Amino acid sequence: MFENFNILIAGIGGQGIITLTRVLAMSGLLQGYDVKTSELHGLSQRGGSVETHIRFGKKIYSPLIKQDSADLIISLEIKEGLSAAFYSDKSRTSFLINDFSQTTPASKLKSSNQETINTLQKTAKKVIILPATKIAIQEVKNPTLAGMLLLSYASFAKLIPIKPKIMLQAITNAIPSSYLPINQKVFNFAKSLHGIY
Amino acid sequence: MLGNEAIVRGALEGAVQFITTYPGTPTSEIGDAFVKIAPQKNIYFEYSINEKVALETAAGASLSGLKSLVAMKNFGLNVASDFLIPLVYTGISEALVVIVGDDPGCTSSGQSEQDSRAFSYLARIPTMEPTTPQECKDFVKLAFEISEKFQIPVMVKLTTRAALQSGIVKLDRFNWHRHNGKFIKNPHQFVILPPQVLEMKKGLLLKIGKIKQEISARPNLNKVFIQSRTNILKKLGIITSGVSFLYSQEALQELKLNIPILKLDFFYPLSQTKIKKFIQNLDKVLIVEELEPYLEKEISVIAKNTNPNLEILGKKQIPLIGELNTDKVISAIAQLADQKWTPLLSTAIISRRTPQFCPGCPYWFIFQAVKKAVDVKKVIFGGEIGCSMLAGFKPIEILDYLYCMGSSISVACGIKKSTNQKVISFIGDSSFFHSGIPALINSAYNQSNPLIIILDNQTTAMTGHQPHPGIKKLGQSMPIIKIENIVKACGIENLKIIDPIKIDEMISTIKDFLNKPRTSVIIARRACIKIK
Repeated sequence: MFENFNILIAGIGGQGIITLTRVLAMSGLLQGYDVKTSELHGLSQRGGSVETHIRFGKKIYSPLIKQDSADLIISLEIKEGLSAAFYSDKSRTSFLINDFSQTTPASKLKSSNQETINTLQKTAKKVIILPATKIAIQEVKNPTLAGMLLLSYASFAKLIPIKPKIMLQAITNAIPSSYLPINQKVFNFAKSLHGIY
Repeated sequence: MLGNEAIVRGALEGAVQFITTYPGTPTSEIGDAFVKIAPQKNIYFEYSINEKVALETAAGASLSGLKSLVAMKNFGLNVASDFLIPLVYTGISEALVVIVGDDPGCTSSGQSEQDSRAFSYLARIPTMEPTTPQECKDFVKLAFEISEKFQIPVMVKLTTRAALQSGIVKLDRFNWHRHNGKFIKNPHQFVILPPQVLEMKKGLLLKIGKIKQEISARPNLNKVFIQSRTNILKKLGIITSGVSFLYSQEALQELKLNIPILKLDFFYPLSQTKIKKFIQNLDKVLIVEELEPYLEKEISVIAKNTNPNLEILGKKQIPLIGELNTDKVISAIAQLADQKWTPLLSTAIISRRTPQFCPGCPYWFIFQAVKKAVDVKKVIFGGEIGCSMLAGFKPIEILDYLYCMGSSISVACGIKKSTNQKVISFIGDSSFFHSGIPALINSAYNQSNPLIIILDNQTTAMTGHQPHPGIKKLGQSMPIIKIENIVKACGIENLKIIDPIKIDEMISTIKDFLNKPRTSVIIARRACIKIK
């Protein structure tokens, strides 16, 4: 048993990060952990950089992850991974990256996606890149489900200490019933990806 | 449960009957929860047009014998403070709890990095600082109890990391029942006139003294925490409050140190007895608090009499700017314990993406039209709080000044009266109702001539699409108060309502109105793209 398990979700406002955070928190509760999360609302949700913190363990104090202490970083956009690397550690952190990049007028970074990924590889134990947005559009015609795909994948690939069965239960508990079928579909699809990426 | 949801639960457990709010991050979810619960539980809830009105309305209910709650963000308290200060003087008839959310680090509010605890002194309002969602619930319930017992409003001061932190909350049962209020006449208590106001101040000071005794006597409040019974560093101590307590606990765990922590649940009044007892035998104490060094100053004064040799560490070790986190507290505690600590070097490339209008937002069209209509180098552009403030960021980057709600119009009037320059002030629909109306009346009456563009997206968008008086919400009986009728009532003749996607009409009207000798108004009306 770990002392605590720290997950950071990074992305851009509007990518459904708050919902993912709620699902993860629910899964931690169902698995029997103490859970703390921290999220931001308002201004930060309007297409800017967003990061949320989710922590599991026997007893969690701070809702924020310390520097270099993330166990898993889910980055919903490639370049958002760069600022999330503040929390990554060469011996500890797995990076799960959505192969999706969005250039907004406000993003200053000039480096290419490949350069970004090379940089991230130097800061993390392992880096997995998954075309989640592309798959979400193909499978359910909804790019916001990319996050759900990555989260479900993380559960099947044992990147997080949450069993797939529990994750599915958390999705059922935390997602409004009208959106449940497409979320379940994405969850099931994630199973088939395990071993491919 | 989110801290804000726990606040709602605590209020229900405290038998709240009357709730008002004006939305603002980080406390918007409190109103958003009550708007759903209120009809089921038959309690009264309203989105008021601003925080001062919200507080006054809640106070009216409290004076009529109903348990009331009002929620707002930090800057809302500035707006409400004119009423708050005399209200604490008069006291109330039934419990009134004021929820205020600060935002250290300005994660979602740029106006200033305000520490609202200053109002605790200014208004002499008892103030609690919860740490976790569990405490959000428990403290609100306790705030109702203290408020009722001492007939004084009580403030529960959150920060972003308390309000938007989620964690496990143990719930208590609640038996809730509604009864009608009755205002019992008592001018001696509720009419603020000299000289009785000085008598009221005397009464308030006595009340605060009694509250101080009460909170010092309660064993569950302002407690000392020790990690374990072994290897206690008895000559060192930490005093903290709010979420800083969590960072302190985690920092001690990381450093494998066992230093006693005094956690102050009440910021005002402070329990001097408990602080004296805690510091009397210490060599060194570290004060861990976010933003202003209020606790540090208070404790320095107490230490002068109790333990003059005590070394006090605080803002020299902990930054005055920005929110705290475990890493910052670790390095301060390492200094307290004379431990060597090498801070980690960051490998990350910080590339914060600034927020901008959503794809398809009607505001894109408005600013495009403005840029095409005028020479942006020559015209002055006044900004406003709300989604329209995003015009200050790239790619639009048009704003020349931006302060607080309602200010874009009045500052424009001052500029127009002082210069020959042209001014366009932007204001959102909700901000217009919040505090733009007096500024508009002033502009018309004092014959200034800015061009005011009201960006009417038919909602309070930034904080999560709360309603305002200018729109009809499904299933609600309230009348619509049309912005154009208010403008017309001010005698403003240069008024046009335009759908901003009609760019050509926007451009020609802006050009035309900018040369008018009197105040002119364009209502650019198109609903927010996110409204379902």
